[in-house]
Amino acid sequence: MIELVSQDRCVSCGICVRVCPTQVFDNGAKGIPTIARQEDCQTCFMCEAYCPADALYVAPEADRPVQVDEATLVAEGKLGKYRASLGWGTGRRSTAQEDDSFRILALAARAPTAPPQAPAAPTAPGPRP
Amino acid sequence: MPISAAPVPAPVAKVGDASDALDLVADVLVLGGGPAGTWAAWAAAAAGAKVVLADKGWCGASGATAPSGTGVWHVPPDPVQREEARASRESLGGFLAERLWMDRVLDRTYDNMAQVAAWGYPFPVDEHGQQARRSLQGPEYMRLMRRQVLAAGVRILDHSPALELLKDDYGVAGAAGVERRTGRRWRVQAQAVVIATGGCAFLSKALGCDVLTGDGGLLAAEVGAEFSGMEFSNAYGISPAFASVTKTAFYRYATFYHGDGRVLEGAGSARGRSVIARTLLTEPVYAQLDQAPESLRESLRKSQPNFFLPFDKAGIDPLTQRFPVTMRLEGTVRGTGGIRLVNAECGTGVPGLYAAGDAATRELICGGFTGGGSHNAAWAMSSGYWAGGGAAAHARSLGVNAASRRPIGAGRATLRSAPGSRTLDHAAVVKAVQDEVFPYDRNLFRSTAKLNDSLERLDQLWQAVQDHPEQTARDVVRAREAAAMTATARWMYATARERRETRGMHKHEDFHEQDPAQRRRLVTSGIDRIQVRAESASETSVLAKAAA
Repeated sequence: MIELVSQDRCVSCGICVRVCPTQVFDNGAKGIPTIARQEDCQTCFMCEAYCPADALYVAPEADRPVQVDEATLVAEGKLGKYRASLGWGTGRRSTAQEDDSFRILALAARAPTAPPQAPAAPTAPGPRP
Repeated sequence: MPISAAPVPAPVAKVGDASDALDLVADVLVLGGGPAGTWAAWAAAAAGAKVVLADKGWCGASGATAPSGTGVWHVPPDPVQREEARASRESLGGFLAERLWMDRVLDRTYDNMAQVAAWGYPFPVDEHGQQARRSLQGPEYMRLMRRQVLAAGVRILDHSPALELLKDDYGVAGAAGVERRTGRRWRVQAQAVVIATGGCAFLSKALGCDVLTGDGGLLAAEVGAEFSGMEFSNAYGISPAFASVTKTAFYRYATFYHGDGRVLEGAGSARGRSVIARTLLTEPVYAQLDQAPESLRESLRKSQPNFFLPFDKAGIDPLTQRFPVTMRLEGTVRGTGGIRLVNAECGTGVPGLYAAGDAATRELICGGFTGGGSHNAAWAMSSGYWAGGGAAAHARSLGVNAASRRPIGAGRATLRSAPGSRTLDHAAVVKAVQDEVFPYDRNLFRSTAKLNDSLERLDQLWQAVQDHPEQTARDVVRAREAAAMTATARWMYATARERRETRGMHKHEDFHEQDPAQRRRLVTSGIDRIQVRAESASETSVLAKAAA
């Protein structure tokens, strides 16, 4: 669930308030959004994807709030990581063009994986893409 | 609570009165702004209609597709490949699909994906220099669809859930709802309405699914629409136990384990999902994607960035480390039941009302099992396209007298209770419905006794959910969601009770085998009193009839 709106990074653009599909945020003082309805967060990470300032952190825990520490998140490079992995933001290229699903689907169609109860069976290596 | 975001009391938006309502007139109103809704809106606008699209969340971020990544049932028009595509899931689906519908969905999807490419979606390129159009990255796809819908002149109402349809003697004529943030009421009078509100996942926190509460089904039922395939409504997605990401494709590479490290025999993401569910009833289950070939590992990450997101954040490498898994209900989102369609334009049989995407039945192409996003994505863009075109044509056919229609609200549950009735505790209703539909040993493994038992309580809940909620925007919306979930659960179980066999995703503990005599669809109708009837595939093949 959403756990952090960084007061240092937020540029008060209001995008997260607008795009959140479950209306978790409200406009707060100085335009910095507040997490008004955390329990409504569906952990879809869309606010992170759209935040131009990498000011938001959605923790992976979907069913309960957790403690987060902004300095630690920054140090671990966890703010803005999803947006970067989508290739969204100035100077980036959408990673949709690197989507390798077609290779995975082609390989899966040719060689179904061994049933999981056969632990010793090595999976046939596929051609390197 | 987090130290970094101290909660402040949220302002409570009271529902406004009619005097400050937003009043709009359109040819076509589309409810829902996911793939089906945006394709419907775009197709209707392309046909010359004036279109309004109302989304409960924000069109572009809302729904199951936007935060996700999805395969697409995109098959080149080569006879051999098409035959393989049609045949591949007929058995899994219990032979309830229709080849005529599969053919037209394959054709439509192929063309629509070419349109997506023409709009500039950055498809990957294969070793022959050809675009590979077999998958879509959710955020990119839905951002593009929002832009295209706006460019086509569609007016989008974000955060604007519909509360009821409008109707008159000529049929459906628009909808009314509320803007969640401000509480302002909105009313769109339209000559045709497309319901593209998605399926119902019962607020299970499956990825992107908490806006999918079956709202459109309730709207449609209140004007007399029927449902088909509601017994095929018990899809569960595998996710890390702590997280929301129910993307199951990569679990094909998983080995599942007991807590002590022993392999969980027979468990798998496709046919072995029941083993996982049965084990989860008594102990935790762990997974590791240790069967992913080394050569594919980079490809996995590139294919679905969102799959790895919760793992990266939690500091887990799912390829080399075990993690606890759970199964979250995806209900009719990944099930196949939904509003019954009666013609090639995705009409519902109620004049002026069309349905598309997960809100509509997908039995026509999948039978009783979808097995993943690929068919659903193809269905959403195809049925949306047809429904939008059909709705625009219907609006045109009504001609100049349409402007003089004076429709009234058709909504009932939570909207029309007598003054002084009890105040509806919608949160309690939601919890009670979840208690009936979440448990694997109730919904995934069904029996006549358990279905009867649940239906008794759900029928009582249906009485309770008639009461009036507090008149704040959040409460009236939540109350309608609670009513829609209650209604959906009742349609599911009332229909499941009539299928006395195991077919598709419907597993019946009293009847373990597929019964050839029950190779027919079940049609469900009614709200207060639910009726289920069987119809054979030949009766339902509206396309064959149209062609004859």
